Amino acid sequence: MSQLVIESNTAPPGGSDVDVVVRGVVRVLGGTRALDGVELDVAGRARVGIVGRSGAGKSTLLSLVAGLDEPDAGTIAVGGEAAARERLARCALMPQRDSLLPWRTALDNAALALENAGVSRRDARRRAAPLFARLGLAGSERLRPAKLSGGMRQRVAFLRTLLADKPVLLLDEPFGALDAITRAELQAWLANALAAEPRTVLLVTHDVEEALLLCDRVLVLSRGRMTAELDVDVPRQGPRREVVTSPGFVQLREQALEAIE
Amino acid sequence: MKRWWPPLVLLAAAVGIWELVVRAANVPDYLFPAPTAVASSLADDAGLLGRATLVTVREIVAGYLLAVAVAVAIAVVLHFSTAFRRALLPLLVLSQTVPTVLLAPILAILLGYGIEPKLIVVAVVCFFPIVVNAVDGLRSADPELVRMMRTLHGGRLAIFRRVELPGALPAIFSGARVAATYAAVGAVFGEWAGSSSGLGFVILQAQPALETARIFAAVLILSALALGLYALVTLTERFLVPWQPEATHA
Repeated sequence: MSQLVIESNTAPPGGSDVDVVVRGVVRVLGGTRALDGVELDVAGRARVGIVGRSGAGKSTLLSLVAGLDEPDAGTIAVGGEAAARERLARCALMPQRDSLLPWRTALDNAALALENAGVSRRDARRRAAPLFARLGLAGSERLRPAKLSGGMRQRVAFLRTLLADKPVLLLDEPFGALDAITRAELQAWLANALAAEPRTVLLVTHDVEEALLLCDRVLVLSRGRMTAELDVDVPRQGPRREVVTSPGFVQLREQALEAIE
Repeated sequence: MKRWWPPLVLLAAAVGIWELVVRAANVPDYLFPAPTAVASSLADDAGLLGRATLVTVREIVAGYLLAVAVAVAIAVVLHFSTAFRRALLPLLVLSQTVPTVLLAPILAILLGYGIEPKLIVVAVVCFFPIVVNAVDGLRSADPELVRMMRTLHGGRLAIFRRVELPGALPAIFSGARVAATYAAVGAVFGEWAGSSSGLGFVILQAQPALETARIFAAVLILSALALGLYALVTLTERFLVPWQPEATHA
């Protein structure tokens, strides 16, 4: 894939090497501790995966990092800034469902963040359009989400998140709604897109394999606590089938699954 | 087209039976005119009814547009201000308990016999379903979309313009369609309270003269006007809400 270049008129606050530091975070939701003393360090441009069962507190953690919510105890800093609006200024969230706006075409959905930032619709489209071709979406620019396949919708949603031009990407189960084959396709696609456009990435998923394929480090969140931390130090080049069956990969997956139990 | 013929067949059957019963029982036209008598009144009084229709159409269209504009504006204010919503919404509901029949004469006294009091009566009759639906529509925006917008540089205004308002359009239109069926009745009330032209005025004049067929003809035109407005609103919705999956409404 050729290099993606996103023109930007506004440098993301704090530069592009923005780190995320979470210290002793507690969040109580509905009387239970959804997060109970979470510690997390994500270096600038690192890719960290968080796996766990449904209800383990994964999405809650992303909302907190994004600045959409405040912890009951502990601190969260993004690029050294702890205030919610500063976190919000540095993070772009890709929600669980694709959350495309049904009244906008694929291109206008992707350009949404630019328009929100005050760029005219024409200029926003002009900036989003080249990415469509480069990321395998050519021809779908004028289609509304209802006409797109699930995989295409997720690609547009990711493009929209990327075009927000924020240093930190928070991906919440980005491929949770897709079938296994499309999912594998999109994981490869995302790995390429992130290689071309490096950002600090926090990926939440219940799919251990997905996290191990896409991230440098994988943390296991269980009942509101981090219970394991795995460095993904196995080679991941080559066909997916070979990667996921290599001894090192299999061992990591076993460790992660054990920690989730 | 297929969905159209069942009501049409039923309507034709009803009109046929009506004609037969009136003829068989020898009911005089001034008591209850047969469909053919109504039809010949439509033809004979075409000039009179045509001029009256033009007047009433103006009242209906202008009053309805006024209602839509005011209703959407009020809904937006109610949406943005909790204080206004708490204070104004109960009063709006209360306002609907005032019978229009009583409101019309008061407006005629205040504003005279021109078109203004009719516009206001039409607007008062029409605006309520639009306000209620618009407020509901604006408030029912998917919170997930709002969260997404906030992390994508979306301020309060951007969220309103790009998420809440387009999302509320289907609800606003369902209110507008209900309101469309009230507009003709509103215009007639307005004319009854004081006027010298329009279909309501024609009905008022035909009554003491026992021109019952003409009353029926005027009512027929009023129904057609309401139906026409409804169709126009539905068409506008298809144009403005093209992302809506295949119409769930008739």
